[in-house]
Amino acid sequence: MPKIKIPKSSPSIDMTPMVDLAFLLVTFFMLAASFRPSEPVTVETASSISDKVIPENNIMVTLDPDGKVYFNLTNPEARKEALNNMASLYKVSFNEEQIEKFALMSTFGCTMKELPAYIDLPGDSRKEFKTEGIPLDSLDNQLKNWISYSQMAALNTGKTAYEEAKQKGLAPDADDFKPKFIIRADGKSVYKKAEKVIDVFRELNLNNLNFVTSSEFNPNNPN
Amino acid sequence: MAEIAESGGGGHDKGKKRAKKSSTRVDMTPMVDLAFLLLTFFVLTSTFSKPKVMSLAYPAKIDEPIDKNAPKLNNGITFLLSKDKIFYYTGEFYPADRPGKDGPTKLTETNFSASGLRKVLADLNSYVLLRKEGMVKKVKAKQMADTTYTRELEQLKGKPEALKVLVKTDDKALCKNFIDLIDEVKIAEIGVIAPVPMLPAELKLLETQLKK
Repeated sequence: MPKIKIPKSSPSIDMTPMVDLAFLLVTFFMLAASFRPSEPVTVETASSISDKVIPENNIMVTLDPDGKVYFNLTNPEARKEALNNMASLYKVSFNEEQIEKFALMSTFGCTMKELPAYIDLPGDSRKEFKTEGIPLDSLDNQLKNWISYSQMAALNTGKTAYEEAKQKGLAPDADDFKPKFIIRADGKSVYKKAEKVIDVFRELNLNNLNFVTSSEFNPNNPN
Repeated sequence: MAEIAESGGGGHDKGKKRAKKSSTRVDMTPMVDLAFLLLTFFVLTSTFSKPKVMSLAYPAKIDEPIDKNAPKLNNGITFLLSKDKIFYYTGEFYPADRPGKDGPTKLTETNFSASGLRKVLADLNSYVLLRKEGMVKKVKAKQMADTTYTRELEQLKGKPEALKVLVKTDDKALCKNFIDLIDEVKIAEIGVIAPVPMLPAELKLLETQLKK
């Protein structure tokens, strides 16, 4: 019998193209993913069939299971303006550094008195900050002031952004630049507490509210 | 180090040859593992990171007293929410001391499942749902433009024959219950949803019902 010559081929496959592709995708997703700053509260929302994505420019009130109220405003410029107005109203002074830090922060839930100390804390220890949330009772309705100043500030920054977009020759929709009002309530929180927050919005004549939900299967539109 | 450049021609010493061969190739498996792990992580997080919102328009706050001569709610359903429990009645509310034609209002209990709440709403709102189904068929058969469809659906939801929903909550109802209810209402293509405060008589009725 003649000897059969087995071609000497290495058992391992050349993985280089696959690795190239994998790293390309990793890089893409890393850059495309937007990292949210750490939030002082984790909220588990209820689910709905809605497929409307959360608007970019928003004013958000968060309600945790204990009924504590947190506030957030997305636009950094508007945050600075709102903070300055709130500072002069409640006679709390902030230095330059604190204002800059506040502009880049996320959700917060403390009184105006506690706010300077809260801002000075390093990012990861803000979670442990002991607070009762933002007060919203009739005697000390800080939430209402936060919302009304933030709305004014966000409208101003939205207007400038709208003018800029117009000058660039785009046809912007003025509605996109107005802040949207969002309530992010934990599924386990009592609705009466959420209703108090809703009433604050309604007192300011802001009646179009959005509830943050996680998505679920829609029986009307199964695809 | 110079051994790498040497070709594997001379096969005199087998052990030596092997050592040379392995040095040229790096085992990429752990790196690939890691790359794909990261890839999976980023794919999953970036897709699900954007939360969704459900919009709900609340009635404007007015200081004027309620108009006594306002038209009565003729095609409405009122939901009374408590913690993980839901009751409803249709039409007007008649307390025990002022009964209507069919006696005082009785509450019916239902649940948040597809066979409970969804069925109740679908039955009562069949006027809209049947017409919507007809329009969907037309759109599929290309007899109707989808822009017309969206416009007509909005009109249909506002018609007097369409069901209107009132939502009243007690002190124990959870946000989850409320959002689940609004969600079911939206699935049933109901245009008019009004969260309103509960009447004392309704609360009394709800409490006796809960004790049962």
